[in-house]
Amino acid sequence: MNQTLETTPAQRDAVTDADVTLIVGLEVHVQLDTQSKLFCNCSTAYGADANTQTCPVCTGMPGTLPVINERALELAIKTGLALNCKIANYTKWDRKNYFYPDLPKGYQISQFDKPICGEGHLTISDAKAAFETRDIQIERAHLEEDAGKSIHDETGAKKPSKIDLNRTGTPLLEIVTKPDLRSAEEAKAFLTELKLILTYIDVSDCNMQEGSLRCDGNVNLHINVDGQKIATPIVEVKNLNSFRAAERAIAYEAARQLRVWKKDGLGIADAPKQTRGWDDANQKTTKSREKEDAADYRYFPDPDLIAVETTDQEINAIAATIEYLPAKLRTELMEDYSLEAYDTEVIVSQGIGVVKYYKTVADFLTKSASGLKSPGKTASNWVAQEVLRYLNEQNCEIGDYPVSGGQLGELLGRIAKGDFDQTRGKDVLAQMLENGANLEAAVEKLGIKTVDAGEVEALCQQIIEENQGVIEQIKGGKVQAVGSLIGKAKKLNPNINPNLVKETILKQIGI
Amino acid sequence: MQIEQLSVAELVEHIGKGDLSAAQCTEHFLGQIRDKNDDNGAFLAQCDQEAADAAKQIDASIAAGKSLGPLAGLPVAVKDGICTAGVTTTAGSKMLSKFVPPYDATIVSRLKDAGAIVIGKTNMDEFAMGSSNENSAFHPAKNPWNHDHVPGGSSGGSATAVAARMAPVAIGSDTGGSIRQPASFCGITGLKPTYGRVSRYGLIAFASSLDQIGPMTRSAEDCALVMQTLAGHDKKDSTSAPVDVADYMAALNKPLAGLKIGICKQHFEEGLGDEVRAKVNEAIDVLKSLGASTAEIELPYTQYGIAAYYVIAPCEASSNLSRFDGVRYTNRAAAEGLEEMYSKTRAEFFGEEVKKRILLGTHALSSGYYDAYYLKASKVRRMIKNDYDKAFESVDLILGPTVPTTAFKFNQHAADPLAMYLADVYTVAANLSGVPALSIPCGFDSAGLPIGLQLQARRFDEATLLQTAHQYQTQTDWHQRSPQS
Repeated sequence: MNQTLETTPAQRDAVTDADVTLIVGLEVHVQLDTQSKLFCNCSTAYGADANTQTCPVCTGMPGTLPVINERALELAIKTGLALNCKIANYTKWDRKNYFYPDLPKGYQISQFDKPICGEGHLTISDAKAAFETRDIQIERAHLEEDAGKSIHDETGAKKPSKIDLNRTGTPLLEIVTKPDLRSAEEAKAFLTELKLILTYIDVSDCNMQEGSLRCDGNVNLHINVDGQKIATPIVEVKNLNSFRAAERAIAYEAARQLRVWKKDGLGIADAPKQTRGWDDANQKTTKSREKEDAADYRYFPDPDLIAVETTDQEINAIAATIEYLPAKLRTELMEDYSLEAYDTEVIVSQGIGVVKYYKTVADFLTKSASGLKSPGKTASNWVAQEVLRYLNEQNCEIGDYPVSGGQLGELLGRIAKGDFDQTRGKDVLAQMLENGANLEAAVEKLGIKTVDAGEVEALCQQIIEENQGVIEQIKGGKVQAVGSLIGKAKKLNPNINPNLVKETILKQIGI
Repeated sequence: MQIEQLSVAELVEHIGKGDLSAAQCTEHFLGQIRDKNDDNGAFLAQCDQEAADAAKQIDASIAAGKSLGPLAGLPVAVKDGICTAGVTTTAGSKMLSKFVPPYDATIVSRLKDAGAIVIGKTNMDEFAMGSSNENSAFHPAKNPWNHDHVPGGSSGGSATAVAARMAPVAIGSDTGGSIRQPASFCGITGLKPTYGRVSRYGLIAFASSLDQIGPMTRSAEDCALVMQTLAGHDKKDSTSAPVDVADYMAALNKPLAGLKIGICKQHFEEGLGDEVRAKVNEAIDVLKSLGASTAEIELPYTQYGIAAYYVIAPCEASSNLSRFDGVRYTNRAAAEGLEEMYSKTRAEFFGEEVKKRILLGTHALSSGYYDAYYLKASKVRRMIKNDYDKAFESVDLILGPTVPTTAFKFNQHAADPLAMYLADVYTVAANLSGVPALSIPCGFDSAGLPIGLQLQARRFDEATLLQTAHQYQTQTDWHQRSPQS
């Protein structure tokens, strides 16, 4: 890489998108789901009245001392293991010193040179194959305490700022990637997969509205100019508080940096690292008010805390608590249930509850309707369409879904056996959802009865006689006209199997 | 009964038996404070009401025949850098002149649980930074043996209080000698325990990796009794050690036969006053007469102790004192805007020495200097610790002077702060290495000022320190002498 290469405006104008590589690294702050704060016993619950979840320790009163929350350490290790990180047998605490009113001690307890989690990786892929499956390298993940919240007067009336220290001391795991992402889509995929993993291993609620998952991105471009690679100044984009914001901010920043470089030609060595914020309302990044000079945090080991030593046995014990990871489940659904990548993603992205539900349905169906060509696919269709739609509409979790996986499996088995058709099956399901009825009760309530062969013959005979015009059309080659007859048959007997009606009519008129 | 001359054991016994009520005892010492404090400035606050209430409770318990704590009714003075619930705790600084903690330091809770009664808060150098008490933001305490001389620091108020019989016991804290040096200057017994032996929770931090709370008393026996209550693991302090506490009282009367005392040649070289040297040598003879033997030892890296200390302590202090920013419980200077509030508050309410050390520490930790200062000092610290580990392979104790001189006069070192820093030359190594160390009086100089003897032991071996000091005090009466004022 040539950091000082001077370019002419003409050279820069000649650069096309093909010459530009986007370089993105992410820093993700995850709030670990502990009952109490990282260094005191205060609650971490969100939404309490300001400054009601504080104590002398987290408000930094003189003489108070921090004591590590072991649970936070466990969750950090669990996360590291799920991200394939090397877990440190020796980790320590450092102070990051800076003044701000929502930082009561004047320093943040963090980890500088001995983070709890070392290098690891996370695999991203795209079900629609927009980019190739690959491993994104993780640099490290370290534990730290959150700061409080400053509420500044934005009315222009210059009212005093307010500080809420409820959040102060909440455990955060900062996950830092290497500058390994090459597009905004990849960044979004990384965040999506990361959130999914965190949810599967149950270390964070990942609620972005409540700040449980926060993301900053470091973005610049590598530009190929006549065979020489030039890097643009690195910009840290803050305030990426949704995945869509992250994707758009990175895309915006890529375009902006190329535009700026084409104008001024400044490289990474010519300008300091800049901080910009994502303005979601105006869909652009804006320069932050922060000072440009590199902050000196004067890190040094926190003398109030002792280093933490973790044995391999302890790490293995935590590893044993990881039951499910999305990547493994994807393989299982594709190999054991013969699902396509897209269908797999629909199920797996919903979390472990839906995956377990799906497997119950599919397993039941496989057992009860052995002749069915692809029970896995049938089950996924029903779960993806019927079950997920209901969860969406009712805004509830799979645990709240009124019909058990076993019952849904049984219902699908009845459809497969031809007891009633799919449309009727949906009526049955609706009945079960609405009245909490079990399968048999719902079937009975809807008056669904198996229609015997003699009845079908008689009913078809009647329809043929009453609809000679249509029959002529069919005989004349317009076979699809039989559809209207099926409708009539269903009116006469809603329990009748439409496929059987079609077969019988065609047979009776000799086609 | 001359109440103020009674030992801790005697006071507790009299109170327990009922021939001296806790109320009488408390009022007696509060009276001593009222009589003397205007002259010697040992106390920053008196807890008349709280102490009287606590005494009444003890007396009620005695009347009801309830079982009593080991220190029931014992008046205790507490250094003002240690938090006391509901009682202003200033750490000798204007920054905290209105700070009333909502919590007791762990050692204050332990003392109260043992039945002790906090009678007042003692004077100190601001945030424990100083060796003379001249850095108290309010007024300096004075040496009871001669008011023209400093009592030492930073726990100068505590030392003055005990020497002047204003309290039978005072609690101090020691970061580089802040218990032992004033104990030496005031002719009392002061123990800096092993790092981690006593909880630091509630001690307003100066340098967290060096700070340790300890008792300041007239005799080693008093010290042992109080230490028994102070020592022990505290789950609120991660650096407090989960190590069993020895029976200090039981250790006192063991004979010294077989005890190996190490003498470090460097402690007797240039800079040591002749009178101090002579008295320390006499003390060695006393201990030998009790059956101890001596051996010469080397502590080669301790010569860099002062240098390492004056890097590490300010580094930690610069960070520890960041919380005093005008936002919450401190005083706040009138200002427009955030940065001005910070700078004006800290400029106005911190004293000169504190500001000097914050600047030193901030500089030493900054990018580009960290390796040359903090990291190097930390390495020196490890070497010093290694020196001690090696020495304690062959000896049980290390003996020497506590301070090179006796108490100096006020303003004597005003023009040369480095000379003042050298007052810590024999004491800082115990903080850097974490070993326990104690100072006991071993004589007086020709001006009538006390001389101190320092004993250092293996980590967590306070028992041997107290045993040796007690055995020495069975043969000498330096610790029983009281100043005229």
